[in-house]
Amino acid sequence: MDNTLTITQAHAKLKSKEISSEQLVQSCIDRIEKVDATLNAVVYKNYELALEKAKKIDTEGKFDHPLTGIPYLTKDVYCEKGIPTTGCSTMLRDKDYVPPFDCTTTQRLSRKGAISIGKTNTDEFTQGASTETSCYGVTKNPWDTTRVAGGSSGGSAAAVAADECIFALGTDTGGSIRQPAAFCGCTGIRPTYGRTSRYGVMSMASSLDTIGPLCKSTEDMAIVLEAIAGKDMYDGTTGDSDVPDYTAALTGDVKGMKIGLPKEYFADGMDEEIRTSVMDAVEVLKGLGAEIIDVSLPHTEYATPCYYVICPSEVSSNMARYDGIRYGHTVSDATDLVDYYHKVRTEGFGDEVKRRIMIGTYALSAGYYDAYYRQALKVRTLIKQDFEEVYKNVDAVIAPVTPTAAFAIGAHEGDPVAMYLEDIYLDPQVMAGIPALSIPCGFTKGGLPLGLQVMGKQWGESDIFKIAHAYEQASNWSEKKPAL
Amino acid sequence: MASLSSDDVRHIAKLCRLNLSDGEVKKFGPELSSILDFIETLQKVDTNSVEPTPQPTGIVNRFREDEIVSDGPTTKELLESSPLPIIDNQIQTPSAHG
Repeated sequence: MDNTLTITQAHAKLKSKEISSEQLVQSCIDRIEKVDATLNAVVYKNYELALEKAKKIDTEGKFDHPLTGIPYLTKDVYCEKGIPTTGCSTMLRDKDYVPPFDCTTTQRLSRKGAISIGKTNTDEFTQGASTETSCYGVTKNPWDTTRVAGGSSGGSAAAVAADECIFALGTDTGGSIRQPAAFCGCTGIRPTYGRTSRYGVMSMASSLDTIGPLCKSTEDMAIVLEAIAGKDMYDGTTGDSDVPDYTAALTGDVKGMKIGLPKEYFADGMDEEIRTSVMDAVEVLKGLGAEIIDVSLPHTEYATPCYYVICPSEVSSNMARYDGIRYGHTVSDATDLVDYYHKVRTEGFGDEVKRRIMIGTYALSAGYYDAYYRQALKVRTLIKQDFEEVYKNVDAVIAPVTPTAAFAIGAHEGDPVAMYLEDIYLDPQVMAGIPALSIPCGFTKGGLPLGLQVMGKQWGESDIFKIAHAYEQASNWSEKKPAL
Repeated sequence: MASLSSDDVRHIAKLCRLNLSDGEVKKFGPELSSILDFIETLQKVDTNSVEPTPQPTGIVNRFREDEIVSDGPTTKELLESSPLPIIDNQIQTPSAHG
C-alpha cells in the first residue's frame, strides 16, 4: 500500500529506509496493473527505466530532497527524451513520436531524483474537458466509472486519486488541472502564467498554457511546484521573480487573512450541493480566523466566450506545425504538397481539434480579426482589471471549481458549447494570469467529490497554499479514497 | 444568429488544410455556428478605451546573450522524427508543384 502515500509520507519512509524507492515504484506499477484496465488513465508505461532509476537511487541511498525516489506520471504532452509522447492524438500516435529532448519540467524533477513511470491520458492535444477526445478513449472516474474523470488532465487526476502514482503532472489552459482534480477528489494547481516553463510541453494556446502538478495534499503541491518553478532560458514568458519557499507558507495560520467571495460565482440556479460545499468551507475558514469579504468580479460572464476566441485562435496557429513533415502521421498517396497537408491533417486530427482550428482560423481571418481576437484581448483586460481591483482589498478569492460534480460519459456529445460551459468558473483566472488551485471540499449525496477553488494574486501561490493547507488540516476530505 | 453556409464551412476548412466530406460539412456547420453565437456575446462589451492584453503578466521582448547553446538535440536526432525519406540531411516531401 506504499502507493497510497503522499510525497511527504513517502519521503519520511525513504529517508528512514523503512521502504526503498524500488518498492515504492513497484507498488505504483502493481496498482496500475490492477486498476488501469478499468480506468484507462495511463497510456504509456515506462516501468523498466523507472525501476532501474529507483535501484540506482536506492544504491546511492541519499534522500535529501523530498522528491528523491518518488514515482510520478506525466500527462502525455510532456516531452521526455526517448519516451513516446503522443498528445493522445492519432497525429503523433500513428508513428509514435519519440522526442529527442527533455522538457524543462521533467528535467528539473529528474535532477531532484523524482522518477517518471509513464504517461497519462488527456484530451487530444489537451483540447477538451473530459478526456473523451483522446485517441486512446476516455478515462473513467475512479469514484464512478460511468462518469468522466474530467479533462483535459483527466488521466493524471484519476491516476492520483486511484493511487497509481504519488503525484502527476498536468497542464491547465482553461481549467484542465483544476476541473479533473475536483472531479476526482485530488489537489491541483494552475500556477501564475510564466511561473513554470512550458518548454517541451506540446502547446495548445501559448498565451494561456500553464504547467502544474496534481497531488494528494496541498503540501505535496507546494513541494512539486517549488521544484519545477522558476525562470527558464528556453521559455521567454517565465518570470524573473524568485521562487519562494512554498512549504514555509504552510503554517496553518490564516488568522486575519482577507478572502473574497465573488457574487458572480454564486448565481441563482447554481447546483445546491456545490453551493453548500463551498459555503461550508467558508465557515471553516471563518472559524480559523480568516475574514470573508463579499466582492464582485463584474466581467466574469465574459471569460468563457473570451477563452473560446483566444484559445482556438492560438490553437489554429499552434496546430499548423502538424503537417506530416517533421514528425507524426503520414500518407503515401498525395498528389502534391498541399494535398499531402490536407490528407495528413484530415486523418491525423480528431473532431474537437478540427473545430478549434476552424473557429480560430475564422476568427483570425481578414475582416474578422478586430471583431473577434482583438475584441477578446480587450475584454481580457477588463477581466484582469476586475481581479486587480478586488486584490486591493483581499489576499485571495474562493469559489467553486465546477458547476456540477463529474458528469456522465457522453453527456455533452454533439454539443460543443455545453462542454465549453463546463469551464465557466475556470476561465477568469486564465484571462487574468493568476494562480488558482483546487482542493477537495466534500462529496455529493451520490458520493462524487467536489472541489474548492482558491485563487491568488499574480505570483501569489504562497497565499493560496497557506489557505488551502489550513482548510485541509481542518477538514480532512483528502483522506477518503475511491473503492476500486 | 450566426449561420455559416456549406460554402463558408468548405472555405474555412480549405484555409485550415482540412478535407471535409459532405456529411462533415453538414455536421460542423451548425456546430461552428453555435460556437460563433456563443462568442458573439463579447460584442456587447464596450471596449472603446480599453487596451488589449496579449499576455497576462506584461513581459515583453526578452533577450538573452547572443551565444550558441548546444545542449539541444542534434540534427540527426531531429530528422529521425520525420516520417518522410531523408536525403543529405533534408526531408523529401511530395512536390510543391504537383
